[in-house]
Order: sequence, then C-alpha cells, then structure tokens
Amino acid sequence: MERVLKTPISESEVRNLRAGDVFYLTGLLVTARDEAHRKILERGSPIPLEGLAIFHCGPVVQKKGAEWEVVAAGPTTSARMELFEADFLRRFKPRVIVGKGGMGEKTLEALSEVGAVYAHFTGGAGVLAAQAIKRVREVHWLEELGIPEAIWVFEVEKFGPLVVAMDSHGRSLYKDLSAQVEKNMEAIRARIRGK
Amino acid sequence: MELVESLAEALARASTILPEEVVQALRKARDEEEGPARVQLEAILKNVEMAKAGKLPICQDTGTPTFFVRFGVDFPKLEELLEAIPEAVRRATKAVPLRPNTVHPFSGKNPGDNTGRFVPAVTWEPVPGKDVEIHILPKGGGSENCCALKMLAPGVGLRGVKEAVVEHVVSCGGLPCPPTIVGVGIGGGADLAMKLGKLALLRPLGARHPEPEVAALEKELEELINASGVGPMGLGGKTTVLAVHVEYAHRHPASLPLGIVIQCWAHRRATVRIASDGSITVSQ
Repeated sequence: MERVLKTPISESEVRNLRAGDVFYLTGLLVTARDEAHRKILERGSPIPLEGLAIFHCGPVVQKKGAEWEVVAAGPTTSARMELFEADFLRRFKPRVIVGKGGMGEKTLEALSEVGAVYAHFTGGAGVLAAQAIKRVREVHWLEELGIPEAIWVFEVEKFGPLVVAMDSHGRSLYKDLSAQVEKNMEAIRARIRGK
Repeated sequence: MELVESLAEALARASTILPEEVVQALRKARDEEEGPARVQLEAILKNVEMAKAGKLPICQDTGTPTFFVRFGVDFPKLEELLEAIPEAVRRATKAVPLRPNTVHPFSGKNPGDNTGRFVPAVTWEPVPGKDVEIHILPKGGGSENCCALKMLAPGVGLRGVKEAVVEHVVSCGGLPCPPTIVGVGIGGGADLAMKLGKLALLRPLGARHPEPEVAALEKELEELINASGVGPMGLGGKTTVLAVHVEYAHRHPASLPLGIVIQCWAHRRATVRIASDGSITVSQ
C-alpha cells in the first residue's frame, strides 16, 4: 500500500515517519537551491512554507502559452544547502526537505527540533519527477535568479517514491550506512593486501 | 541522411534512450536488491521507460556532449565532419531540448547552444582506410565531479592501484548517482591516464578487455567495490557499480598514473558510422 502525505503536513504526521519508510507527496512542493535559501533567509519567504515540502531542484521548464510546463525536474545535490537548512527549518517550518545525497549534523538536529524529515528522491529520474508535477502554481524571483534558481511552486500528485533518509528522531540512513561501509572497507582492504 | 542530421539524431537518441545492455544491467541489479535500494532501481527503470516513450531527456542534466572520432586517413570529407559536429550539437540542443550547459569560466556567460571554446570536446584518432566511427558520450556534471587522477608511486604495484580505485569510488558515496560505470586508465601520463579512463567507457557495458589479465582486474574491482555496501544512490545495497572497464598504456619508470572516470547510471551513448561507400548509420 502506498503511503501518501498531503500538504499542509502536521508535526504529528511527520513524527510518525521513520528512516527507511517510503512515501509519496501530494500538494505543494516548492523548489529552493543555494541562492533561494540565501535570499529567503535575508528577506523572508514570498509564500508561507509551514507544513509544505521544499525541493532541492533546478528544473527544465518550457513556457506553453501562459502556463509553464515542467520537462524534467530531478533533485540536485543537497549537501550544498547544509549552510542554510538548519536556520531555514527553524524559521519557516517546512515539514519535508526533498533532495539527493543527504545532509549533515546541523540539519539532522534541526529536523528533530522542528519536526521534519529529509526525503531522498532518485537522482537523475527527472522525467518521473516531472510527470507527478500537475501544474506550476506560481514562480517567484524568476527574473532575479533565473530558471534553475528561482522559487517554483509545484502542485504535485503522488510525487515519489520518497525514501525517508533522515527522520525527526535523530536517525540518518547516511550515518548508519557510513559506519557499515567503513566496517566493510576494513575487510576489503585486508582482501586486497592478502592477495 | 546527411552528416549533420545523423549526428544530431545520434545525440538526441543518446540523451533520451539508454542503451539496451545498460537497461538489462539495471534490471538485473533491481532483481537482486531489496528495501530502499530496490525502490531506487525501480524508479530509475520507470524513468528510463518514460523518457524513451516521450522522447524526453533521461535526466535534467543532459551533460556535456563529448565526441570520440576514429577516422580513416583516406576519408574524403574530413572538413565537412569538422564543421558538422558543433552544428549537430546546436541542432540537438534546440530539438530535444538539451539543457544549455556551457558556461564561460570567467564571465559566467552561457552561449545557450552547448558550444564554446574547445567545446564540444572531440578526440581524433587516425586509422588506416576510409571508414569513420564517431562515439558520442553526453556526461553529466555530478559524475564528472567525482573523477580523479592519482599519481601513484610505482612501488605500490597493482595492489596499490586496486586499493586507490576502491577507496576513491567508495569515498564518493551517493554523489555520482550510483550504480555507476567506472573507467580506469592505468599508465601513460597524467593526461593519457584520464583519457584512457574515458575511452574505457565507450566499450559496451560488461564487454571485457581482450587481455585476460586486464579482464580479471576488471572483475575483481567490480566485486571489491560492490562489497562496500554503498549501493544505489548511496542508500545501501549490493550494487554500487554496474561495471568497471580498464585500459592501459606503457608508463615512465618513475610514474604510475591512475585515471578514475566515473559515469552515472544514465550511461548515455550513441555511435555514428560512415562506411567507405559514404552510407551513414546511427546505433547505440
């Protein structure tokens, strides 16, 4: 059975999610990359973000008449947003951060404190993402930031699969995994040296 | 088909259709995985199908188009080919569409058509005869950022080469969008080692090097890297690499250059062949 979360998402819904869970998102998904994070922290957000989902993404879009159409919209590397995300979470309280590659300690702490999760979307799966985006509701700061960095507000339906990679209870799949990989590497090094 | 049209068609196909043997390797990996790893591979395969059906770019990063040309020294239309390559890139950028990915390193300006100074990058290799073989490899930024050159001390030997490759690929974790394809270049000089790593990617996936010793190294590196548990997208699992391909050149006695080229799961590739009668074919 597919688990679907609808925005606005409440704190209790998010606290029910555990690292490793898979879910889909319906509602509002708002893109923000490096520049958007920096500028929102400086001047405030052009739309209320509480309960919504943030997407680390620079989409490929085309204008068809008056409407924007999303061609491909996979995630970008989230690590770059580590500089901003903890402050961002505390101030604007989005409940889900969508990206790829994972984030660091500061974000993990803020996720626990605020009640939010970091969800991984498959890198490179730009068409799969685009087909779940039903409409571009609005775009902010397009002229100033350009297409990839602008703030795109997408209406999405069953956007996913999203894997909860960092939950609101301090658990991170990346942290668990890097400890396991380091252990495996000890055996691999011994194998190489023994041969 | 005329030359420009064939080259543009090949770049469009490379950007929207994943070669069949790569799809097969991804399916095999999906069948062997469970949990988050399986979820990733299922999403990848669904995305690949949708891109093919809709003639859409597989990934929003449509990469830098890179060309490798093996041309017969008696091929009569070399000048036409020189001009056809950048023209085909301009055409495909509009037609597919591809993301304009060439940026001036000083001014930040983007010409908007995927061409620029030394771009598209073309490697020319003259061979006897009249035939021409052009390989196209559009390569994304995320995986290119994970490429590395190591100048090893020759004393570390083949064992040191293995260790350096495994350590590097594993340290990249999920960044290059695994399961990846790794091209390894051993020997030559600093530039040649990197070039050999890239040339190694042109071989069909899993086709082993003809020399048994090199083929054995490829297989061993695959097993060692996959034992790390990094897995698809760095979320854990059995498949970190789909394949490792190795090429080598003779080296200087004092140097052991090692080029490590990482390619994301979207191993986009196409080939244009011009036969001696002038007929052109596009294949993947």
